Amino acid sequence: MAELNIEERQAGDVTVLDMSGKITIGEGSVALRTAVRRLLEEGKKRILLNLAGVSYIDSSGIGELVSSFTAIGKEGGQLKLLNLTQKLQDLLAITKLLTVFDVYENEAEALNTFK
Amino acid sequence: MTVETTELSLPSRIETVATAAAAVAEFVGRCGLSDDAAFGIDMAIREAVTNAVLHGNREDNDKTVDIVLKSSPDAIEISVHDQGAGFNPEDVPDPTAKENILKASGRGIFFMRTFMDEVDWLIRPEGGTTVRMLKRR
Repeated sequence: MAELNIEERQAGDVTVLDMSGKITIGEGSVALRTAVRRLLEEGKKRILLNLAGVSYIDSSGIGELVSSFTAIGKEGGQLKLLNLTQKLQDLLAITKLLTVFDVYENEAEALNTFK
Repeated sequence: MTVETTELSLPSRIETVATAAAAVAEFVGRCGLSDDAAFGIDMAIREAVTNAVLHGNREDNDKTVDIVLKSSPDAIEISVHDQGAGFNPEDVPDPTAKENILKASGRGIFFMRTFMDEVDWLIRPEGGTTVRMLKRR
């Protein structure tokens, strides 16, 4: 089984990536990077990462979230985060990244903010 | 007063991070720590082994990452040795400083220091670096 599973769905003009597993150095981080790069190549620049199923993330995974955020921003798009576990929220808080990312607990609310 | 010690010698590749984390989780499980403490140790060992594999040994197959785990009534002590040239941890920029927040890397040592009670580095005269991390019970 893959370390990180990513399922893509479309909600209007926002692409939602439902993620489950671990975003850690190696396979997990690479899977996230590959998915985001592919979306950008397809011109999909409004991306919502649903992290409800992400049980674990390390500094490499957090770095990949930051890289994705900046890469999408450079293309004039937006990356937002949905359904963070408490642990992930704590990690983003101590790294001061909660002030960088737009984080939501409700998908409809998150989707509305892209408009 | 019992002190339990476990030693591991692992290859310098990325897969070693997960292998080491699993071995440490099993060791920590036997020590009866809280879930929070176990989570912190898990975060720290992954970062320490990542640094040893990537920055210390530079994924050189001829070099190993050696880990010593010690459990005493007071604390869990974890040492991770690599065979790299070493570095000064004080030279590593603060990843929470405004100018570094959007950098893709540089948070590993910060996590080790955040989740463990003591972290220090020793550049060994015979070569290589040891990071020693302590989690008090």
